[in-house]
Amino acid sequence: MNHWPFIIGAYSVTLLGTAALVLRSWLEMRRSEADVEGLKQ
Amino acid sequence: MHILANPARFLKLARPLTGWLFWAGVLVTAAALGAGLFLAPQDYLQGDSVRIMYVHVPAAWLAMGGWTGIALASVAQLVWRHPLAGVAGRALAVPGAVFTAICLATGSLWGRPTWGTYWEWDGRMTSMLVLLFLYIGYVALADSDRERGGEGRIVAIFGLLGAINIPIIRFSVEWWNTLHQGQSISFTGGGSSIDASMRWPLLASALGFSLLFGAVVLMRMRAMLARQKVEARIRRMSA
Repeated sequence: MNHWPFIIGAYSVTLLGTAALVLRSWLEMRRSEADVEGLKQ
Repeated sequence: MHILANPARFLKLARPLTGWLFWAGVLVTAAALGAGLFLAPQDYLQGDSVRIMYVHVPAAWLAMGGWTGIALASVAQLVWRHPLAGVAGRALAVPGAVFTAICLATGSLWGRPTWGTYWEWDGRMTSMLVLLFLYIGYVALADSDRERGGEGRIVAIFGLLGAINIPIIRFSVEWWNTLHQGQSISFTGGGSSIDASMRWPLLASALGFSLLFGAVVLMRMRAMLARQKVEARIRRMSA
């Protein structure tokens, strides 16, 4: 059995999941901190 | 820990730390996964499929570490009423859930070429699935508590009770004779059965993903603190 499709699948799931988590958290943080700045002004 | 009880002092530290953790995490993870894919040797039994270990094992450690962090934050919230403990617990939940899902998915993909099956209801896999459900329950409970203006005590109690699953996951491979292999690395002097040429990319990968996990938790804590500030100001303006 060729193992590489399983390896590529596992690395893809990990990298896509981590990237989506980081991106979503960063966007939420930026939006929330921009709201605080907006209120100050 | 009490030094960070002041949100302003915490934010002063968290703002520069977020970027440092993120970029260090990206660099270490990229190097570790590159080594895991192209430098580390094949396993004499499992062949190339052992390379899935470099993403699966760090995800499992972070999944369990995330809930351990929730349990510690729950204690800090219930016992010392630490003002940031509830925020820290909630910030840990989504990354913990994501890494639990990654652990289950990559484990399933590792299981097919190694055991001939994507899933088996054995002790380790089932207790990890229970951990995912606990994370989902925690997130739903925390959201609902926040919407009702609760103090988060019930969420903290749930976080503490859910920690009972962590030793079950840890010792499941010893308590039950299951398909999942026993531990290959010991941090408590039990000796590691894994060769050094495979151990260092694994530990580097765990470090890289831990740095990214830390950066994500800080991002989420900063977002929650900013939202709390906006909500408090809106309440003051409307009063």
